Amino acid sequence: MTTTAFTDIRPIPKRIVHPSRVIAKVASIVAIVVLLVIEVYPLFWLIMSSFKTQDEFLNAAAWSLPSTFDLSNYYDALVTANIGRNILNSVIATVPSLALIILFGTAAGFALEVLVFRGRGAILLTFLAGIMIPGQMILLPLFNAYFQIGITGTLWPLIITYTATGMPLTVFMMATYFRAIPREVFEASTIDGASMLRSFFSIGFPMVRNAVFTVALVQFFFIWNDLLIAITFTSSSDTATVQVGLLNFTGQYGATRFGPLLAAICVNVIGILIIYLFLNQRIMRGLAAGSVKG
Amino acid sequence: MGSFQKAPHVKSVFADRKAAIILLGPALVIYVVVMLVPVLSSLGYTFYTGSPINGFRFTGFDNITRLFHDKDVWSSLGFTLRYALVVSVLQIALGYLLSLFYLFVLKRLSTLVRTLVFFPVVLPTVAVGLLFQRLFAIVPQNGIVNSVVGFFGGDALSWFNDAGTAFWVIVIMDLWRSMGFYGVLLYAGLLDIPDDIIESAKLDGASGIGLIRHIVLPLSLPVLLSSIIFSVNGTLKVFDSVLALTNGGPGNGTTPLTLYMFQTAFSYGDYGYGSTIAFLLTVICLVVTVFIFRSSRRDLTKG
Repeated sequence: MTTTAFTDIRPIPKRIVHPSRVIAKVASIVAIVVLLVIEVYPLFWLIMSSFKTQDEFLNAAAWSLPSTFDLSNYYDALVTANIGRNILNSVIATVPSLALIILFGTAAGFALEVLVFRGRGAILLTFLAGIMIPGQMILLPLFNAYFQIGITGTLWPLIITYTATGMPLTVFMMATYFRAIPREVFEASTIDGASMLRSFFSIGFPMVRNAVFTVALVQFFFIWNDLLIAITFTSSSDTATVQVGLLNFTGQYGATRFGPLLAAICVNVIGILIIYLFLNQRIMRGLAAGSVKG
Repeated sequence: MGSFQKAPHVKSVFADRKAAIILLGPALVIYVVVMLVPVLSSLGYTFYTGSPINGFRFTGFDNITRLFHDKDVWSSLGFTLRYALVVSVLQIALGYLLSLFYLFVLKRLSTLVRTLVFFPVVLPTVAVGLLFQRLFAIVPQNGIVNSVVGFFGGDALSWFNDAGTAFWVIVIMDLWRSMGFYGVLLYAGLLDIPDDIIESAKLDGASGIGLIRHIVLPLSLPVLLSSIIFSVNGTLKVFDSVLALTNGGPGNGTTPLTLYMFQTAFSYGDYGYGSTIAFLLTVICLVVTVFIFRSSRRDLTKG
């Protein structure tokens, strides 16, 4: 979008259509087509194949299309193989974790950026260090602790762990967003008689609600797509999240019955696709911002 | 940060101790209790062997010595480093090519193509892994990849029966998943380069490869650096892709440190040794990050 500006203003040296320019044009079209085929075709294949019967998997070529759009693979995946239950578990684990991450993380970002107290620089750095810690480093003590408290076999270990692991990035990102708000805004509200706490809830939080939404999206994908934490803390199929259920699927039916497996993958992909259709620009911006942490 | 320090009378408004405790408290407590304490406690585990179910036994530095003599540690460390190197280099290279493509070749279509190519980034790795297992399948029917190989006259390959080819399937899958992300990240960096710099370089006769090598590339070094650090840190921790695609096999031919640690702790019930492997992984992440950061610093000041 920025390049058009100067190509329009300065058509200086050669304007003759050179053969090399035609070649370049064709090459770029070929490149676009190849790129899109590579990125999009596997997903198209996935969706088409999720309707195939077992017979079609065994006897027809991989690129062939399904003869009917029969939903029985989806029924097998969601009901018989329990992926429906797994999706529900994922929702139950994700929603409270997200709410806690946003509430606590935004409040902490506000405190660390707007308020003044001793040691806030050090605390912000401590949070930052958390972004570097590999999940493997905390799994075993946590497993031990949850086991001692007796909450293994429930979804609580997931909610607690997701809330904690989401904190560093959220605090850091929210602190960055609060940095952009002039302090005078909060001065003014305190002059009007609001306490600092009140200023946060009725002025600070609403002012960054756009950023809150972006951060929530980023964290949603981290939690929803997580495998490491989920597979560690869900021992039975009753508490398995959708990713764990999908992975176990291959063990149960998938090795022999491809239709239901592909339907299960498809459900997972289509759910994300719907979110992506509506929010893609925000998701792209959020994930890119979340990675620039240095 | 600066403005209020000059005005001490306002400082008192922001020096609200009670508000600070209420707002910061919950996040700090949960972060310390659920992340920092476990990190320290995991370090403590390295002196023990056993699990919560069978009980722990103090073994001193045995785990550390065992680490150095464990063939499986060396092979999984080798896999992790090889994978991290190959994927990081290709991820950044492809991402950078994409970003240049978005900026200089695609103009009106740029947003659409960027959005499409980015999509796999948000997909669950497990779903993508299982999908790629089917794409590279040989039984019961050739998957798409083997069909294409067959179309060009090649023999269908049993991709997952050989650690060498399985490695490349994991690499290809992760590139497919992530190149759109690095494309967007690096594209944002390219947009930060002021138009007039590129414009005046063009007026001076720079074009094509020369323009990119001498003007664009040096100016995108900072964003390339942060992408490299991000990429290396992610690839050193590879877990989901491998677990979903090959489960570490054949044998332990595609087992990274993360998966070996997981198996040690949960399949063999040795939390002490598992923690020792996790510690090794953390140290490697830190060392590599610091190393990249420092060596690039030197280069930047030289150039």
